[in-house]
Amino acid sequence: MKFRALIFSNLFRKKVRLLLTLGSFAVALFLFAFLAVVRDAFNRGGSVASANRLVTINRISIIQTIPLSYRDKILRIPGVQSVTHDNWFGGVYQDEKNFFPQFAIDMENQRKVYSELIVPDDQWDAFLKDRQGAIVGASTAKRFGWKLGDRIPIKSTITGGTDAWEFNIDGIYHGQRAQDDETQFWFQWDYFEERIPERFKGQIGWYTVRLDSPDDAVRVAKAIDDEFANSPYETKTQTESAFAAGWVKQFGNIELLIISIGSVVFFTLLLVTGNTMAISVRERTGELAVLKAIGFKDGSVLSLVLAEALAIALFGGLLGLGLALLAIPVLGKALSGMLPNLILSKSVLATGIGFAVVVGACSGILPGISAMRLRVVDAFRRV
Amino acid sequence: MVTVNTNGNSSALIQVRGLDKTYRRGGEQIHVLQGLNLDVDKGDFVAFMGPSGSGKTTLLNLLGGLDVPTSGTVSVAGDEITHMSSGKLTDWRARHVGFVFQMYNLVPVLTAYQNVELPLLLTRLSRSARREHVEAALAIVGLHDRAGHFPRQLSGGQEQRVAIARAIVSDPAFLLCDEPTGDLDRKSADEIMELIEELVSKHNKTVLMVTHDPLVAARAHMVLHLEKGILVEASKSRQNAMAGGVA
Repeated sequence: MKFRALIFSNLFRKKVRLLLTLGSFAVALFLFAFLAVVRDAFNRGGSVASANRLVTINRISIIQTIPLSYRDKILRIPGVQSVTHDNWFGGVYQDEKNFFPQFAIDMENQRKVYSELIVPDDQWDAFLKDRQGAIVGASTAKRFGWKLGDRIPIKSTITGGTDAWEFNIDGIYHGQRAQDDETQFWFQWDYFEERIPERFKGQIGWYTVRLDSPDDAVRVAKAIDDEFANSPYETKTQTESAFAAGWVKQFGNIELLIISIGSVVFFTLLLVTGNTMAISVRERTGELAVLKAIGFKDGSVLSLVLAEALAIALFGGLLGLGLALLAIPVLGKALSGMLPNLILSKSVLATGIGFAVVVGACSGILPGISAMRLRVVDAFRRV
Repeated sequence: MVTVNTNGNSSALIQVRGLDKTYRRGGEQIHVLQGLNLDVDKGDFVAFMGPSGSGKTTLLNLLGGLDVPTSGTVSVAGDEITHMSSGKLTDWRARHVGFVFQMYNLVPVLTAYQNVELPLLLTRLSRSARREHVEAALAIVGLHDRAGHFPRQLSGGQEQRVAIARAIVSDPAFLLCDEPTGDLDRKSADEIMELIEELVSKHNKTVLMVTHDPLVAARAHMVLHLEKGILVEASKSRQNAMAGGVA
């Protein structure tokens, strides 16, 4: 603490340079936090997935349908507790940018299979009685200001029609956990079946199978796929987390992309701050030589330079993470429907601070060593 | 008493024996100092003069433990510094030597107070003890009312006073001054020399000073002339003829 004045006075020596360096750290850490929450959002399918749920889709691809008649055959397989099915609706509410996922659901089994998504009983009962009823996730309801009793027109795009489908908001669901997806819009499969063209009738998008025990997952998945092997609609059954991972892969290797961008950002930051620290040390050669002449040891000089680099890294990093704390909820709102909730977790913040400290230490170490090795006599000769 | 080409004065504060310093530049060897012997007693004020390249600053660096000789020894108050490790030498400098440079070499982002306090940060002194020492040093150099000023807010002479306060704040055995008035006008130079004389006479400090200025050198007890790394002449200054002799 005795050296605090020396360290901070040196930091503020060139205010513009300090601001720019702090800004570099702040931007890098903000970007890091944003990329981390986006990565987290993409991977959240895995974390929200239940270990005792399987997803069965058409073997060709998820956009190919499978017959509704498979449900009873799947239910007969030992180890299957319940089955529900969904169809992707892909409708547009007012404008295409107002995206949120809409599913025609199996009202009878939805709550048995997705027990973590809570709908109050009275709202669910109202939904069951209303053919045009809909249950909407809390996040989407908040996004569009929807409340119970509102009538919502949604234009279908994938069923060939261009007319608006009318829905009544009968319920709002909440996830039990922070990571649960609260953006979905559910409506009755019967209403969907009634309005789609004849060629799509009796077809569903995918089944979600709830198991008695997660230990049965491999056996049941194989049994389902064997059951429909060599049929016109062969199936592919996988755990919900594997399905979620496969879904994310459709967008490309998001993980690799984000890690690549993050690495480039941090490497660039390292070069920028390393260069800044090197310049800062070089222009203080005479002063460092004086410090060494009056008794500062090599280790003390190294510590002073490192302390400066770490102080810049910490302040810049905290600034960037602070901005991220403020901005990510706003960005999350803007991207609502395209991604699940953007959650800036404590672990992301801690990792960010850790990265900042490592980059700060690395950027200060070489200039620090050169300051440490400075020979007083040579330095005075140079100055 | 200053003694050159001595054969031994065991009571001297600084004892230099057979001091050689050779640099290698390209394939050529440059003998900067050659076989120098010197004794300096406590309270002496010695000025080194000589043309550029004569070895004055190199001698000062060797006496201050900033450089190591090619051969020979330097002992200060019984400590032989020429064979000390770098770390020990740094500790030794902090305790025994005060440096005053031509260009003052103050840290521009620190106040006069903070600049003077720098050597004390390396000690175990409490904050209040450090304050006492710094205020005393600033009072000696007559700048107690400028403690909060930054170097850019001070004149050259005042900056050099702050540098002198920094040099004496840890009460070192001796001061090494490399052209302390070289960057000052005559009036400021006189003031600085008065201050140095006062440090010698009132505070019994030992001062070794390099200068090109004969008027400045004349204020020392003894003027030693170097040429091509050899002490060629030693003379008592006019003002201090009674202070000692040349052996």
